[in-house]
Parts: sequence; C-alpha cells; structure tokens
Amino acid sequence: MNLHFDVEGGEFISAGVASSKVKKVLKQLAIQPEIIRKISVAMYEAEINMVIHAHGGVIDAEIMPDHVHVVLKDEGPGIENIELAMKAGYSTASRLAREMGFGAGMGLANMKRYADILQIESEPGKGTTVEITVKLYPEQA
Amino acid sequence: MTINDVQTILKATVVTQSLYENNEVLSGFVGDLLSVVMGKAKEQCAWITIQGHINIIAVGTLINVGCIIVTEGFKVDEDAIKKANEEDIVIMTTQLSSYEAAALLSRDGLE
Ligand SMILES: Nc1ncnc2c1ncn2[C@@H]1O[C@H](COP(=O)(O)OP(=O)(O)OP(=O)(O)O)[C@@H](O)[C@H]1O
Ligand SMILES: [Mg+2]
Repeated sequence: MNLHFDVEGGEFISAGVASSKVKKVLKQLAIQPEIIRKISVAMYEAEINMVIHAHGGVIDAEIMPDHVHVVLKDEGPGIENIELAMKAGYSTASRLAREMGFGAGMGLANMKRYADILQIESEPGKGTTVEITVKLYPEQA
Repeated sequence: MTINDVQTILKATVVTQSLYENNEVLSGFVGDLLSVVMGKAKEQCAWITIQGHINIIAVGTLINVGCIIVTEGFKVDEDAIKKANEEDIVIMTTQLSSYEAAALLSRDGLE
C-alpha cells in the first residue's frame, strides 16, 4: 500500500497528520504496538523537522508485507553537517518552535534509534531527503 | 492506578470527555520537550507537562499515553481538546507544579 502526503511548512498545528494516518493503517493491520511506535515516532520526528526546519515537503509511505519504507523529501535549507545534526542536543530550532516544545535536538537521535535503516541525504541550499525503513516482524528476519 | 485515581490524587480538572476514568496508568513521566518524551516515555504513562498545545495530542497518540496532565495552571488550547476527544485521549489540568504532581503520584505508588 502506498500513501502520499503533502506537508505544508510552518504548519505546527497540523503537523503529524501523515504519521498518525500511517499509524492508524498499521493498527488496522494488527501490527505489534512496539513496532507501530517505532515507525510512527521516527516518521513524526522527520515530519516535524520538515515543518520547522524546511518549508514542508512531500512524504511517501510504502507499507509492504514485511516492512514499512517512508521517504520524506523537502526543498528546505538542507543540513550542512549531518554528523553534527545527528548529535543528541544539537538544534537550530527557532524560538517559536522551542516554545512549542521542539528543539531538544533529539529528533534525529530518535529516528536513528527507532528506524531499522535510516538514510539522510542533504545538500545545503537544495533540500533534505530522509528515508526510514522499519521491519514489521524483526524476530523472523 | 486508574486515570480516575490520578484525577482524585491531584484534584485535577479533566478537560476532555471523561469516558476512560477506569483505564490504568502504569508509570509517570515529566517532560516538556516533545522529542524527549517520544524517546523515553513508556506506554500508558501519566505524562506531566506544561505544554497545552495541539502537538501534545500527536505525541500522546504516538506513545499511547495513559493520560496527559497539564500543570502550573497552563491552559489547554481548544483545538487540542477537540483533537484529544477525537483520539480518545484524556487531558487534565492542575495548578500544581510538575514536581508537585509527580511527587503526589509517586507517593501513592505510581512508578
Ligand atoms: N529537514 C531538515 N531541513 C533542514 N535542517 C534540518 C532538517 N532536519 C533536521 N535539520 C537540522 O538538524 C538539527 C537537528 O535535528 P533534530 O530533529 O535532531 O533536532 P530538532 O528538530 O532541532 O529538535 P527536536 O527534534 O528535539 O524537537 C535541526 O536543529 C536542524 O538544524
Ligand atoms: Mg526535530
């Protein structure tokens, strides 16, 4: 199953629509709660980053029999130094974003922790693409 | 401990439709930074925070929160309450600080 979402930039309020939709679909498929949490938290973190650090973008989620693959693509400012950005606590979040409880600098760390495979490609000035893969039945792998 | 117990212990005000008083909460978590909560809070926890905006519902849903306790007298936004009702999430508010709320729940045995 393929799901496509357009995410608007600066829309702190509606952010999370895509990840909660994917979460609902997985719940209907009776996937284990811990696995659903891994996917939806990783995806929500990436979705929020698109909104607060870039100006929105597109998300394509592919739900396969044994894994979920989510591609989040934005044309925002890009990430200069991905290694640095991955460090827990590193954040360039705006004051407004911080007032809303973002900006702990833990988003990428959470993605890394919850995704089975995490790929980030970014070019300063061009944009960022985050790919998250989570296995649905890890014990059988 | 049930959600109802939490409400009684804190003398808190439930601001969402209260249909889930008998649901259990299994642990407590204090946090205002959403990524930290998503990284660390356990399923069915009583999440204590000062954030009252709609993003707490997204986070609460993702972690299968037991209930959300908004402290320090902070207001919960209308759109957040509406969304919480759609997602079957219980939110309560209290004038207590996060520390006081956590201490009271802890004293009554919540992990
Ligand atoms: N899509 C993106 N476009 C541009 N920069 C990004 C993007 N995603 C992350 N970054 C950069 O990487 C940093 C770290 O991201 P991370 O998600 O770990 O933390 P945060 O979003 O700042 O805070 P938190 O996720 O804890 O609320 C960001 O502050 C930002 O500088
Ligand atoms: Mg982030």
